[in-house]
Amino acid sequence: MTRNLKQALFSALLVWAVAYPVLGLKLTIVGINLEVHGTSTATLITIAVCSVLMFLRVLFDQQISSAWKSSPNMPVMPAKASNFLTLPTTQRWIIIALIVGALVWPFFGSRGAVDIATLVLIYVMLGLGLNIVVGLAGLLDLGYVGFYAVGAYSYALLSHYYGLSFWICLPIAGLMAATFGFLLGFPVLRLRGDYLAIVTLGFGEIIRLFLRNLTDITGGPNGISNIEKPTFFGLTFERKAAEGLQTFHEYFGLEYNSINKVIFLYLVALFLALFALFVINRLLRMPLGRAWEALREDEIACRALGLNPTIIKLSAFTLGACFAGFAGSFFAARQGLVTPESFTFIESATILAIVVLGGMGSQLGVVLAATVMILLPEMMREFSEYRMLMFGALMVLMMIWRPQGLLPMQRPHMELRK
Amino acid sequence: MSREILKVENLSMRFGGLLAVNGVALSVKEKQVVALIGPNGAGKTTVFNCLTGFYKPSGGSIMLDGEPIEGLPGHKIALKGVVRTFQNVRLFKDMTAVENLLIAQHRHLNTNFLAGLFKTPGFRKSEREAMEFAEYWLDKVNLKAFANRPAGTLAYGQQRRLEIARCMMTRPRILMLDEPAAGLNPKETEDLKALISMLREEHNVTVLLIEHDMKLVMSISDHIVVINQGTPLADGTPEQIRDNPEVIKAYLGEA
Repeated sequence: MTRNLKQALFSALLVWAVAYPVLGLKLTIVGINLEVHGTSTATLITIAVCSVLMFLRVLFDQQISSAWKSSPNMPVMPAKASNFLTLPTTQRWIIIALIVGALVWPFFGSRGAVDIATLVLIYVMLGLGLNIVVGLAGLLDLGYVGFYAVGAYSYALLSHYYGLSFWICLPIAGLMAATFGFLLGFPVLRLRGDYLAIVTLGFGEIIRLFLRNLTDITGGPNGISNIEKPTFFGLTFERKAAEGLQTFHEYFGLEYNSINKVIFLYLVALFLALFALFVINRLLRMPLGRAWEALREDEIACRALGLNPTIIKLSAFTLGACFAGFAGSFFAARQGLVTPESFTFIESATILAIVVLGGMGSQLGVVLAATVMILLPEMMREFSEYRMLMFGALMVLMMIWRPQGLLPMQRPHMELRK
Repeated sequence: MSREILKVENLSMRFGGLLAVNGVALSVKEKQVVALIGPNGAGKTTVFNCLTGFYKPSGGSIMLDGEPIEGLPGHKIALKGVVRTFQNVRLFKDMTAVENLLIAQHRHLNTNFLAGLFKTPGFRKSEREAMEFAEYWLDKVNLKAFANRPAGTLAYGQQRRLEIARCMMTRPRILMLDEPAAGLNPKETEDLKALISMLREEHNVTVLLIEHDMKLVMSISDHIVVINQGTPLADGTPEQIRDNPEVIKAYLGEA
């Protein structure tokens, strides 16, 4: 009992220690000075109540957990439902339903919603690409944003200097990113785990700093602006077409409406994300995809069976980077502006969080996790100050309740002849 | 007598100041079962690692069918038909039994990227054949009922059998088994013996094995090589080895 009491007191103090500096002190700018003020008594009372609750919670930990266990209707997903959700056949139907829904809803949705959905789709693409490297091949890559940047800058530069259109640059950007993936793959062939993570982390930063300091070409920290938007078979979605181009609304005799552009961008993103989904889905059932997973499981056994680990690793890096390149060039086209600051480490971390949250290797998991990770901060704009706090809480809760991810990957079931 | 398939001469492996293997010679003929025995720490697994390219031997020659293979990387040696199992089973644990077998057929499959992307008839056919071959071997090692179970959840004896089946997927010429009977009960050991005989009789596989179970070694081997502290000690038929005073001394110590 005394141990419990000690622990409870400590926990209560910890609540104060964490909450008081964050919530109890307010920084205000007076003139050019920063002053620290205490907050309202209401906040302090809330913290006090929280710490008392924490005290009681820890003190009666055993009683609470036993009561929790004995209560009949626990809010836990039954194993059957969980299994059903992750079955390949169910997932296929869910995917078809989602695709149809995704194609139709933007025509009825608001402009802001469609815009956010486009952003979600970019992250779906990135998540799917990183899933190859981290989820399937088991190579922890913390510099994935570097390839995203390569893709974005490839399009931005080609468009800015040579006036090439989005659809020509898309494959080029993918190829460029893939080349960088391949080049990064070489030096890290011998590395695994933490060491690989450190090197890739450095690589991502190098690309960003490189773009930032190459002022003559990339515009340095200012980036490149006025990047052209994608066209619909040569028809632009601007109000006025540039020289030699025609606008979409004129061609189809419609009233100009700026939402058309937003919906079009959304559909392009959807198309790209579906393309990535399809290609990676097929890859999974190909010898190459299986070899990736085998590499994750046991590299030595791979070698003993005649699989060349070098080729498998390089292919994972290259293909993973390629999808980041596609996502990057679309990102540049959508924003119309790229700066090195769009490609900081936090982006890599977000993409990695999407892969882990979704369940390593699971594609539907990535889609769901990307939606959660991008939508949540957007929906809770009022609480934006506490975004990181919620982020952390989400991660902790996930690790406790579903460490394998939201929708963990299921092994494909192979039918045998009887 | 049949053709010599693997010839090892004067093999040595040095780790810094430690000479783990010194002057080991081996000769394996087609369809033979050759056992490599010796007390713990004698360097048996080191020899295996040299033969399969996991270590680069410090000296000596390894000839496979008259072709030198020493120093080649492991996956290249495996492609030449020398495939091994491991002392502590190394399966792809999270993948199902069937998937384990499909991965090992990598070389015999249609790996064309576009063919797989569009599931061309050629790709489907190649995948179907791979499945049939995998099924055939699952049946042979009595694991057909466990085809879709993750390999890591199988019982230990089953994992051992699956590992052998996985090796057979690569259509090997020499199968190297590192302590295949370790951790098996007497019944499973009997099954293993039958399996090895079957591999040799029906599938023309040459087997090189490390084993401590003397009953098994004596009953299935055509030839036994004994090494002690990295150096060759004796070499002969099971009868010769059984009565060799040097071998008895190495195993039981000086009287």
